[in-house]
Amino acid sequence: MKYLCLVYSEEKKLETMTDDECMEYDAELRKNGQCLASESLQPVRTATTVKVRNGKVSVMDGPYAETKEQLAGFYLINANDLDEAIRIASSIPPATVGSIEIRPIRELLSTKGERRLL
Amino acid sequence: MRENSATYVRQTINELYTSESRRILATLIRLLGDFDVAEDALHDAFAAAAEQWPLEGIPANPRAWLVSTGRFKAIDSLRRNARFDSSLSQLADELQADTPDPAQKLDEGVEDDQLRLIFTCCHPALPAEARVALTLREVCGLTTEEIGRAFITSGPTIAQRIVRAKSKIREARIPYRIPSSTELPARLDTVLQVVYLVFNEGYSASSGDSVTRADLSSEAIRLGRLLKELLPEPEVLGLVALMLLQESRRNARTSHDGELVLLENQNRALWNRAYISEGAALVEKALSTRRFGPYSLQAAIAAVHAQAPTPEDTDWTEIVGLYDVLLGLTSSPVVELNRAVAVAMCDGAEKGLKLIDAILDRGELTDYHLAHSARADLCRRLGKQEEARISYLTALALTKQEPERRFLEKRLGELGSAG
Repeated sequence: MKYLCLVYSEEKKLETMTDDECMEYDAELRKNGQCLASESLQPVRTATTVKVRNGKVSVMDGPYAETKEQLAGFYLINANDLDEAIRIASSIPPATVGSIEIRPIRELLSTKGERRLL
Repeated sequence: MRENSATYVRQTINELYTSESRRILATLIRLLGDFDVAEDALHDAFAAAAEQWPLEGIPANPRAWLVSTGRFKAIDSLRRNARFDSSLSQLADELQADTPDPAQKLDEGVEDDQLRLIFTCCHPALPAEARVALTLREVCGLTTEEIGRAFITSGPTIAQRIVRAKSKIREARIPYRIPSSTELPARLDTVLQVVYLVFNEGYSASSGDSVTRADLSSEAIRLGRLLKELLPEPEVLGLVALMLLQESRRNARTSHDGELVLLENQNRALWNRAYISEGAALVEKALSTRRFGPYSLQAAIAAVHAQAPTPEDTDWTEIVGLYDVLLGLTSSPVVELNRAVAVAMCDGAEKGLKLIDAILDRGELTDYHLAHSARADLCRRLGKQEEARISYLTALALTKQEPERRFLEKRLGELGSAG
């Protein structure tokens, strides 16, 4: 059965960790075929939130902030720039009743300067 | 002789900086892909001009020279720093490979670059205050100190806002593009919002002693005019018209001792007629297309006022009609309020008062001092002293601007003596 594991933390606390540990664990999980997708997100200051109401797309700086809304799903996408990501996000059907937070992905980088081989 | 030519060169460079630096920056940002790299390149280019032009003479196409030099200096600088960070040498290669053709090519699409810059600075994914700060800094060339003073914040706070905005542009990859035709209406809206916000900060300072801060308003008008040159859409014309028409009353809006003067009491001889003609012409142009919007309509209303020789000549029926169209486009309680005031002029204070009460009873505009002062005024005209007093007091409690407070206190005082 599939599960989604979401990583939450205070950004300051994460800053003290290097990517090495994460890359090691990630490599292990991928080796045994259990990891279907994994990415690190850029900090929340890079977030953009999109909503569609009455056919109009509204774009706001920052993460989604409604306390009544709960996480319902995810899309990991490829886009050339934020505008394209916004176009894609605004077409996700639940955007018309909820919010879509768009966060750029951060590439993991080990202390030796190595990137993940996927 | 040498002294003269060095002076002439220096003067030319200064003039070029004043008139061209923002345009050159816009092009450099496109070529180099980064705001900060482009700003460094701009300064390096002008520094190089100051060194070389006295010896070599002023080039035939100074702007192209500056863009070209700025670009090469940036690539050079990247290569030098690449010794410490290998990823930079790849970037330098990419930038160099993008070799633009000779000078002329750099001149083409300069308007496009300026539009790219404006749209990027006003991108909706940036926080609202950052858009304003970034636009004033990158497009208008104001210093962070000047922006800080204008918005009653510190220069360093503005600087930080700008740094964060540039980081977001980089990290979230906000593209340096003119929006596509489907995206354009919404994106243009955010740009116009920024421009009008800047204008309003200058037109009526949100708190403090003097009612207007002239510099921001003229900056906003300049920005609006630039936008009109680049993108003559009806709402752009409408916004420029609105700003010109409001600005035309600057000299009449306050008395010599800083007191607020209402529209109906203003000395119309002090209105700027040139601005009024320009504004009225733009309104006509905007309305003649079928694609006008709220700014054009507000400008049309302002034009009706501006073209009345005396307050008694004001065509209030026309104004109510324009408000009706405006309400069809944007259901805003503030517009409803303004319409109510106009209705009072056409059909009597009682009708106007009913409309204002309907808004307040819905729970809207209860914190808006102008709603209460408008209500107070209509009550006063109807002889309803006590109700007028209550509304004036409510308005007073809600306004922070000194001239407005003095005006309201004066009205309150007048009530007392009549009662």
